[in-house]
Amino acid sequence: MNDLTLIRKNLFRKKLRAILLTLSILIAFLIFGVLGSFNRVLNAGVELAAADRLITMNNTGFTQSLPYAYWGRVQGVEGVRNASHMSWFGGYYQEPTQVVQAFAVDPETFLAAYPEFLIPDDQRQAFIDQRNCLLIGETLARQYDWSVGDRVPLLSNIWQKTDGTSSWDFEVCAIYAPSMEEMSTAAAYMQYDYYNEALSFNQDRVGMIVLNTVDPAVNDRVANEIDAMFENSPAQTDTSTEAAFSQAFINQIGNIGLILIYVVGAAFGIILLIVGTSLILAISERTKEIAVMKTLGFPAPRIFRMVLIESVMLSLVGGLAGIGLAALLLKGLATALAGTLPGLAVTGGIFGIALAMMIGFGIITGIAPALNAHRVRIVEALGKQ
Amino acid sequence: MDTLYELTDLSKRYARGKETITIFEELTMTIPQGDFIAIMGPSGSGKTTLLNMLGGIDRPSSGSVVCEGVRVDRLSEGKLAQWRSQHVGFIFQFYNLMPTLTAAQNVELPLLLTKLSGKQRKERVATALDIVGLADRKGHRPRQLSGGQQQRVAIARAIVADPKVLLCDEPTGDLDRVSADEILETLQLLNKELGKTIVMVTHDPSAAKYAQRELHLDKGRFIEQVQESV
Repeated sequence: MNDLTLIRKNLFRKKLRAILLTLSILIAFLIFGVLGSFNRVLNAGVELAAADRLITMNNTGFTQSLPYAYWGRVQGVEGVRNASHMSWFGGYYQEPTQVVQAFAVDPETFLAAYPEFLIPDDQRQAFIDQRNCLLIGETLARQYDWSVGDRVPLLSNIWQKTDGTSSWDFEVCAIYAPSMEEMSTAAAYMQYDYYNEALSFNQDRVGMIVLNTVDPAVNDRVANEIDAMFENSPAQTDTSTEAAFSQAFINQIGNIGLILIYVVGAAFGIILLIVGTSLILAISERTKEIAVMKTLGFPAPRIFRMVLIESVMLSLVGGLAGIGLAALLLKGLATALAGTLPGLAVTGGIFGIALAMMIGFGIITGIAPALNAHRVRIVEALGKQ
Repeated sequence: MDTLYELTDLSKRYARGKETITIFEELTMTIPQGDFIAIMGPSGSGKTTLLNMLGGIDRPSSGSVVCEGVRVDRLSEGKLAQWRSQHVGFIFQFYNLMPTLTAAQNVELPLLLTKLSGKQRKERVATALDIVGLADRKGHRPRQLSGGQQQRVAIARAIVADPKVLLCDEPTGDLDRVSADEILETLQLLNKELGKTIVMVTHDPSAAKYAQRELHLDKGRFIEQVQESV
């Protein structure tokens, strides 16, 4: 027997209370684990954003396009190393429910702008050379069991061709892999020229311009210069860093970070009160036992430490169970949401934060009962019997 | 016999509101090593308060408590806790065992404050339980034991760290006559065979007869009666 034996036996002396308290803490950390993972994945775009990458879009919103000619003018701005463009295709495969995130791009400049796409050299070249080539991500390839050489018709729910149809025929000629875990590989990319020449309307327009600067230090100047250049034109622009663009895009869904703080904060606040009060009561019930331990010679600081460890242990039991459950839940969801939210999991970072929170939670809820135990006066406590 | 305790001009006063209540005033006494004293007296005469001072769980208002040359009343809380663990064994009226622990674990509790190994602690616990005749009940929890058995576990807990003095506060107050006699015989055995100094507070004159001497505390003074022990 040692101090831990005593702590463990005290922790589970009233099983129902211990189970209910553990469940309360479990729920708090389950919420934290799940929301924290969603928050991380949703913000992955911000974290993955390259420091030297800027996005120029129509200043009325990213659903409005820009004239194709802007691309050429942006390339000429001093400090721009590379400029490309992307247009939302609004694609689906066979059924409108089988959404394919597809973009029409200028292959060469696009691949230069996004070096994080890992593509075999021969496939990279095929994407640049072959007009009907479709570059797809590994997740998308797995989803529809596509491989290089497959002929794939993609339909658009926005655009129409001059022949009256909305279907473009492609051949999968390149598959890209992610260079980072959080990077999505659920999208498809096609040559802009192949897409544009068939359009019955909105021809020679692009969704947004993606550009790389020579140095992140010139980002502000370049952005201001581009926006000033188109200030008096029918399509005014708004140029921002890729990180700011991604953040603004996520904020359209909602401020997940703030939701996380509010929801987890509220859950923790309530559970803190419940657990804290219960522990104070539990220690109060053991006043006489604490007095006996002090009589036997257990010093007050040791009893303080034992009560605090008991509280931290309770928090760890509930917290680890909650995070474990969150990990299991996310494992199930990760497969279903691999396309839209890649890398959904309780990462080491989230686990680390959760572990620190468990210890902090245990200390906060345990400090008052530990102080009460520390202050127990033997004569008074034993005199109550 | 060598002197174990020396109490000099011991006073204890409590403040109750604006009133000061004096429990005893300038009490002086010595307790030799190997003594077995029964302290008797009416309720409120300060028997338990005196016992608490001998055990270092209460401090006098004035005067001194010296045990083997150590001014117990002047020790810091931390030092006092350490002194208690090494020198004093306590036996309470209501046993005060930990309900979540087995008899053996209850007895082992004071040994957690020593540097003994797990094996050494186990041996000491077995010996202590053997002395009180409960070796076969070591795995039982307090609620699975009778009152007399629980008190015997408490005695085993009190002696396991081999203290010189046992302080017993009404050790038979919650027991039937047969169990009470068994407990008192055990205390007597510990006094005679193991040389433990025992100070026992009791209301029961027949329990007091097991002691070597009987002290009556009344109005802050001792009236001693030397007696033939049972």
